[in-house]
Amino acid sequence: MADTFSLSLKELAKRNKGLASGHRACAGCPFPAVVRMTLSASDFPVVVANATGCMEVTTSIFPYAAWPVPWIHSAFENAAATISGVEAAYKALVRKGEIPEQKKIKFIAFGGDGGTYDIGLQALSGAAERGHNFLYILYDNEGYMNTGIQRSSSTPYGASTTTSPAGKVVPGKMQHKKPIVDIMAAHGIPYVAQASVSHWNDYVKKVRKALSIEGPTFIAVYSPCVPGWGYPENKSIEMAKLAVETGFWPLYEVEYGFYKINYRPRNPLPIEEFLKSQTRFAHLLKKPEVVEGIREFIKERWDFLEFMATRKESRGLEENV
Amino acid sequence: MTEKERTKMALTGNEAFAYAMKQINPDVVAAYPITPATEIVQIFAKYVSDGEVDTEFVAVESEHSAMSACIGASASGARVITGTSSQGLALMHEMLYIASALRLPIVLAEVNRALSAPINIHCDHSDTMGSRDAGWIQIYCENANEGYHTLIQAVRIAETVNLPVMATLDGFIISHEMEVVESLDTQEVREFIGKRKPLYSVLDVEKPIMVGPLDLTDYYFEHKRQQIEAMKKSKAVIKEVIEEYNTKFGFDFPVFIETYRMEDAEYAILAMSSAAGTMKEAVDIRRSIGEKVGLVRLKVFRPFPFELLTEVFKNVKAIGVMDRSDSVNSMGGPVFNEVRSSLYELETRPRIMNFVFGLGGRDFPMEDALHIIDRVKELKDGKKLDFVEYVGVRE
Repeated sequence: MADTFSLSLKELAKRNKGLASGHRACAGCPFPAVVRMTLSASDFPVVVANATGCMEVTTSIFPYAAWPVPWIHSAFENAAATISGVEAAYKALVRKGEIPEQKKIKFIAFGGDGGTYDIGLQALSGAAERGHNFLYILYDNEGYMNTGIQRSSSTPYGASTTTSPAGKVVPGKMQHKKPIVDIMAAHGIPYVAQASVSHWNDYVKKVRKALSIEGPTFIAVYSPCVPGWGYPENKSIEMAKLAVETGFWPLYEVEYGFYKINYRPRNPLPIEEFLKSQTRFAHLLKKPEVVEGIREFIKERWDFLEFMATRKESRGLEENV
Repeated sequence: MTEKERTKMALTGNEAFAYAMKQINPDVVAAYPITPATEIVQIFAKYVSDGEVDTEFVAVESEHSAMSACIGASASGARVITGTSSQGLALMHEMLYIASALRLPIVLAEVNRALSAPINIHCDHSDTMGSRDAGWIQIYCENANEGYHTLIQAVRIAETVNLPVMATLDGFIISHEMEVVESLDTQEVREFIGKRKPLYSVLDVEKPIMVGPLDLTDYYFEHKRQQIEAMKKSKAVIKEVIEEYNTKFGFDFPVFIETYRMEDAEYAILAMSSAAGTMKEAVDIRRSIGEKVGLVRLKVFRPFPFELLTEVFKNVKAIGVMDRSDSVNSMGGPVFNEVRSSLYELETRPRIMNFVFGLGGRDFPMEDALHIIDRVKELKDGKKLDFVEYVGVRE
């Protein structure tokens, strides 16, 4: 298979463009790796807008600056609207001859799940509908981790957070994750994908594919949280991998409405492997019916994806061999 | 002063704002419809569609996103204008503070309308008064003509002092009433405002900067202090820009306040925006029967020209301050409280009371204007009156 958008690990390591050391992300937090892969993946200069959240607060504490690219943060719910303005300014300034036309710049917004699934959904939907030329990257750690681990609409069913605590009566959060990638795909935008920090090659490829497109694109990248999920600092990538291998976080992409599953675990691991390694699910050992609910959710998600993937035509961002 | 024959156009307030925007030809306009400011966006969208401006028009999905996009664009070095009203300004509220603290010279054409609830589409000042501490320069215009010229001046003011500016017109009363606007030629406008020369831009990929970082106990206060200082210094800039405009184009727009028949006034009224027009007539009527009453129109509310107010009111015996909104604090409206505070340093302080009027677009007829003057006369003559009087309301 021709691999138009792949980048070798060697080339990626050579580019090595990421956050400066000294940023204040928690030990073991994987989003610095997400940023490094994203910035290194781009063949073009980029401008970044960041929603309020862990990524923003840990990388921008004045007077220190961890970003090697122009970066703007204004508020929590509006990274997509802010980048819309930056992109509109670029267009206007190119049109007026203030910026040379051949000077291509790519626009990337980063938001966590709170800033994307919840408070920022309207701004994101609006920016996608308007068709701005930008890539929105959701780093999904399944909760409001920056404010101290509250539930978001991305928090999985059964997970204990400080606002969905597992108690004597209620066993954690009682709603499933919102299908954000499908919601974005339903906007009819050119490219939407789900990726995981554990699968670097897949992620880098998706970023490069998204950046090759003129128009709005969206990638949800799974980014585990050490304190929020409750696992040892050296296990972030393993957690992300487990989510993929248990089928909880499928890797897929949607090109102009056409779904493609990028990875099917040959022998999916039981979901318990994922759950038992995190304290947020510890109470579920005594709640098999909740675990059953998660299993059903996974099955429904895969049924949906497999069904969607049966539509085989592709507008062909990549040569199909 | 040049003695140039100015083009006279019959425009509504909204049309005047939109026409100024066309001549300014901003790089980016991000806006959302809201009564009674909708027309500004609507007319401007037509200019875009007809290729009469080079602007990138972003028809956002909310006012919150409008101001967010304006912030992104302004931080990219673009010249940015938006327009809104009432709930729209309230929805922008969070972003207004961010625009000003990031020192972005965004210009906002505001049409004053009452805030909900109860929902109401008509004029009062509760919207912009609710944003009075958001760090924006606020200029309240009396009529469409002043609105048109103020919007042009606002671009220069904002970009000189690196603070955002809102110019306001009274909803419906001015926004939808047709008046004569003496316009500049587009060339004159463009020359006066020049090109924006941003200090920094997030589009400068060779010199990356971070805009809007986290600022904790060790720096936040210093940055706020600088912002406060910028607002203080904007007074000199506002004066300079409006005076230069007057000289260059042959106008005599007041800078911060307009005084009307104040020379020998024994008592005075302070009003803002369109109500000042009515009040000028009322002053004439009472002057015609020998009353020594004058009017001060407060035009710039932020920065607050307290020095000028102290000076202009130092010889009067009584003042009636008119507020088209109430602070719901049991002591009247915001204009009243700030004017009253400005007079504290006077050795002989005048008596002062507040008239809250016109909420939710309640009409402000001549008899109410005359009533206010007569009340202040009673105040001057030593009568004990309520601290705050609500005019034109059934109670």
